[in-house]
Order: sequence, then structure tokens, then C-alpha cells
Amino acid sequence: MFPVAEFINRAVMVGTSLVLGSTGEILTEKSGNLNLGIPGIMCSGAVSGLIGGFLYINSGAKFSAAAAVAITLAACCLGSLIVTLIYSFLTITLRVNQNVTGLALTTFGVGLANFFGGSLKQLSGADSISIVKIAKAYKASLPFASKLGDIGKILFSYGFIVYLAIIIVLVVSFVLKKTRVGLHLCAVGENPATADAAGINVTRYKYFATCIGGMISGLGGFYYFIDYMNGSWEDASKISQCGWLSIALVIFAIWRPVIALFGSYVFGGLWILYNYTGFSVQMEPIINMLPYVVTIIVLITVSLRRKRETQPPASLGLNYFREDR
Amino acid sequence: MTATSKTAESRVENAHEPFISITRRTSSTIGRSLVVRTVAVVIALIICAIITVVLTGENPINVFVSMFEANFGNLNLMMVSMQELAILLLVSLAVTPAFRMKFWNCGAEGQALFGGLAAALVMLLWGGKINDILLLAATLISSILAGVIWGVIPSVFKAHWNTNETLFTLMMNYVAMQLVKFFIKIAAKDGSSVVDPDMLRFSTESGEIFTSAQKFLIIAGFAVIVTIFSFIYLNYSKHGYEISVVGESENTAKYIGINVRKVIVRTMAISGGICGIVGFLLVTVSSRSINPDIVAGRGFTAIMVSWLAKFNPLIMILTSFLLVFLKIGAGNVAMNFRLSLSFSDILTGIILFFIIGCEFFLNYKVRFNFCRLGSQKKR
Repeated sequence: MFPVAEFINRAVMVGTSLVLGSTGEILTEKSGNLNLGIPGIMCSGAVSGLIGGFLYINSGAKFSAAAAVAITLAACCLGSLIVTLIYSFLTITLRVNQNVTGLALTTFGVGLANFFGGSLKQLSGADSISIVKIAKAYKASLPFASKLGDIGKILFSYGFIVYLAIIIVLVVSFVLKKTRVGLHLCAVGENPATADAAGINVTRYKYFATCIGGMISGLGGFYYFIDYMNGSWEDASKISQCGWLSIALVIFAIWRPVIALFGSYVFGGLWILYNYTGFSVQMEPIINMLPYVVTIIVLITVSLRRKRETQPPASLGLNYFREDR
Repeated sequence: MTATSKTAESRVENAHEPFISITRRTSSTIGRSLVVRTVAVVIALIICAIITVVLTGENPINVFVSMFEANFGNLNLMMVSMQELAILLLVSLAVTPAFRMKFWNCGAEGQALFGGLAAALVMLLWGGKINDILLLAATLISSILAGVIWGVIPSVFKAHWNTNETLFTLMMNYVAMQLVKFFIKIAAKDGSSVVDPDMLRFSTESGEIFTSAQKFLIIAGFAVIVTIFSFIYLNYSKHGYEISVVGESENTAKYIGINVRKVIVRTMAISGGICGIVGFLLVTVSSRSINPDIVAGRGFTAIMVSWLAKFNPLIMILTSFLLVFLKIGAGNVAMNFRLSLSFSDILTGIILFFIIGCEFFLNYKVRFNFCRLGSQKKR
């Protein structure tokens, strides 16, 4: 029998990583910045969390789950913030090409993650760099989840980041739709010159949007590593694929975080589908191709429909310079 | 509000202007851009040196010497790095026509991979059974065709429905990768993850018809021919002109009677075709094997190479040399210290940030308004 609860459980876990990635990118794109560096940021977020946890475990302090979680989260946010700042500084202050900067950031971030993931052992001289102990803290779920059977497994059995991700989605969605800050941000993304004339500080909005967006995405990368991969480092390629899918999900979600949430869970399902089908091993690549093929189909359908509401922010990808006409 | 023509009388007004004022440059000389870029690369190299020294504890001069030796230590190494250079240059030339018309082709990886897959398929089916020359021709043609198909699919959607080409081409990379995995699973029955040279053979005893020097010459030859072709095609042909106009402004292009859709599809066909050649060179000529990682991220590196060279095929030789030198050199340093080979990606990233960032100083003029500081002190 098809293990529905198990399947949904794993799908939500992968989906959480995607939803954080795409929510971060939605926030970024709303300010008119197309950040193709998300895969790099997610990888750096993951590896910064790894480094933070590794240092904590090796520091000799008495292990406490709460401290471990706090330290790794802080490290992850700090790491992704620093990497995102490179992008923000180059594109917002120096106003250079966003696509190229983003791709360079991806090269850099993936390299950074693979380097530290691969050489941390060598650099520190420790026996192993596994932070499985901390991963367990992230996996702690509500105590009654296991008693509720399948319902518990589907709804309550996750670590706290899954719920945190949903809260982040709701908050971002609320801020974008219902608050003055969100309105200003959208104005910056649609037409920065008008926003500027209305007295909105374009640079500040762009910086905050890209940086907060970057940190949310970085958390997504870290989540994939700490929960889905159980905190043992393999390499960054899966996380960077998550990053690209997250960017694609933004279009799928037509720049709405709540749609991205459900889209991510569906894509999470496609991501792990092969493990739950009875196909022969030859068919594995074909099934694993599905998320990408579905993304392509979504891209095409979105472009075919071409409604006003489904368009990207009008100045997406363009840098703003006040004295330009 | 231009800050260029300020006279002494307007000093007082300066006090109301921001401390840093930025104005757009209308023109930039070649000498200036050379100086700015060189300074950027030098600063980037210094930072790279510092990072390398911190991580390895080695004297920077020694590090540089070992980087140089990894690239040019002996004839063989030199050939390897030149071959790398030729392949990267080819991929960069492939993406360039598309970039000139602002079509962000991030799918060179997949196009080359799909070309390579076609070559592998042809060799698997006909290798050793038909004349070698015929086999070479068949693999080359099928690779080019496959590359063209992989490039044209996104371009048709872009041309007709303005589908986002960046993500489309990216996703095509992963589809191609999975197809290669599928091919390997079917072809290599022992469950291994590569199709090795034993299966992709020519009709000779050893299965090989080229010496390594010949392989190098073929790859370099293709690089030279395609470079010259691209240079002439982009700068001196009607097609090249049309590409530039579409890149500048689609509306202008429509107005002067250029069929924009046709240009987009045609240009991507060329892009894909050159990528297909790369697939052929990697699979048939250089390794006689295929794996999903055979293009090794060159599709992305090529975007940087092309952009850094301002889409000029001749300057691309320089920029791709810079990146290949770093890749091989830093890889060697990392290996000596048993660090991860991804070290080179970090250094490459840093250098890219600086070269990309220095663009600002070519496009804008920065002026510090010290009057403001003075007037604030008085208050």
C-alpha cells in the first residue's frame, strides 16, 4: 500500500525548504531586484549553520539543545546575510547587472558551501563534522504527535521550522498586502522613480528587502541540510537545485507567498516521488525529471495567460538611478 | 542636476548637496576602462592571496608559483590547460550571440550535455560498425542538431509568448542531466554511473583514433575557427547587426522591419549549435565517455566570461584564460593542502565580484562634496 502519511510527511519537509527559498525571493523581487544568487545564498546559509553547530559542539561547552538551535540559527542567518550583502551592495549601491551578479553569487556560494563542507574536517583537525546531535534538536516535535497516528504524522510531527516557515509566509503575505511598508515596497518594485518622488527611500527598501529575503532563503537551505539530510553534509548540489526550483516557484506562485507555500509542498512531493513508486531503477531519472518538466510547463502556462495580475513587478531586474530619465 | 560644471561661486550651494554625489558618465575611454579593470583584478588577487594564506599558511609567492606550475609546469599540463581554455572559450562564444540580444541563455550546460548525449548515442549504436570518418561526421552532426533542438525550444516560447528564458533554459539543464542519467542506466548494464570508453569506441583495436596531441589540436582548432566566425558574424554581418538592434530595443527592431521572433530563434539555434559542438568535443574527441557532470558548470562560467569581455569574442580569450588559470591553479593549491577543490570557485567568485563591481566606476562618476563637511562643522 502507498504510505500516504509518510509521503506527505517527507514532501512537506522538502517543501519547507522550497517555500523558505521562494518566499525570500518573492520579497526580494517585490523590491525590483531579481536575485539569481538564491542557490548560492541557500548553500551558504546551510554551511554557516553547519560551521556554527560544529564550533559549538567542539567548544567543549555542556550540550544544550536550546543553545545549539539558537547558535546554528544565528550562524545561518549571519552567513546568508553577509553573502546577500555582497549582492545588495553590488546591485543597489553600485548598480551593476543583477543577472550576472546573481550568477556570480551562486558560483561563490555553492563553492563556499562545498569548500567548508568538504574541508572543515581538514581545517580543524576534528574526527568528524557531523552535527547529528543538533539535528535531533531541530527534529523535536510535539509530544502528542506520535499518538495521533497518520493525522499526527501529517500535521504535527515536524520540527519547529516547518511551522516557522508557515508563519513567515503568512507574515510576509500580510506585510505585502495589508501594511504601508508593503505598499511602499511594491511601489519601489513597480516604479522606483515614482516611489522616490513620493518620498520613499528606495535604497533602504531595496536593501532591507534583499537582505531579509536572503536570510529567509538561507534558512531554507539550512533546513534542507539539518532536517531532511539529518545534519550530515554530503555536497551542495541538492541545495542549489532547491534554490533554482525556489526561483522558478516564484513565477509559479505569481509573486504570492501563500500560493508558493502550496506549490512548494507539491514540488516537494515531486522531488521525492521516485522513492515511493514501484518503478525499476532505470526509471529513476525519468521520475526525478518531473519537478523540472512541471516547472517548464508552469512557466509556459503563466506566460500564455498573461493577465495583468500575474505580471512580475514592472521594474524587476532594472537598477534605479535617480538622475536617469 | 549635474555636478560636472561647478564654479567657485556655487560653492555655497554645494553645502545642500549630499556628501557623495554620483553622476552618470556619458563616455568612457579605453585607457580608463583598462586601468579600472586592472586595479579591480589586482585588488581581487590580493584578497584571494590573503584568504589562501590564511587557510593554508603558505607564503603567497609559493602559492602563486604552484598555481603557475599547475597550468604551465610542463608540456602536458600546458596542453591540458589550453584545452580547458578552448572548451570554456567555445561555451562562452556559444552564449554570446544570445546575450547580445539580451536573451539570458543559462542553458549552455544542458545544450552541450544534450549534444554530448547525441554523440554518445551515435557512437554506442554505430561505433566500430561504420567507417571512422563517417562516424565522426555523424556524431558531429547529431551533436550540433541536438544542441540546436535544446536551444531552440526555449527560444520559440520566448519569441512567441515571452516565456521567462532564464528559468526555462535552467530547467532544461536539469532535464538534460536526467536524460543522460537515464541513458547511462540503460547503456551501462552493470549499474555504474558513467558510460566508459570501452563502450564508445572507434573501429581500431584500442577503440581510439586520436593521440592526445591530436585531440588537443582538434579542440583548439574548433575554438579558433568558432572565435573567428563569431567575431565576423557578430560585428560584420547583417545577422550580427540584427542581433544588436534586438538587444538594444525590440521596438526599434520591429520598426525598421526586423522579424524579431525569427532573430531570437535563429540566434538561439546558433547558440545551441555551438554548444552541441562542445558536447561532441567532450564526448567523442576528448573522453569517449559521458556522465551527467561532463560539462562541469562551464555553462555558468561562460556567462561570466562573455559578460566580462563585453561580449567581444577576442577579449573572451583573455577572460576565459583568467578563469581557467584560476580554476586549475587554485584546484592544485587546494589539492596540495588536501582542501576541497571548490576552493577555486570561491576565488573565482571573489574575482568576479570585483570585476563586476568595477563596472560602476566606468559608468558613474563619484564626487565627494567636502564643502558639506566644512559647512556642517561651522554650524
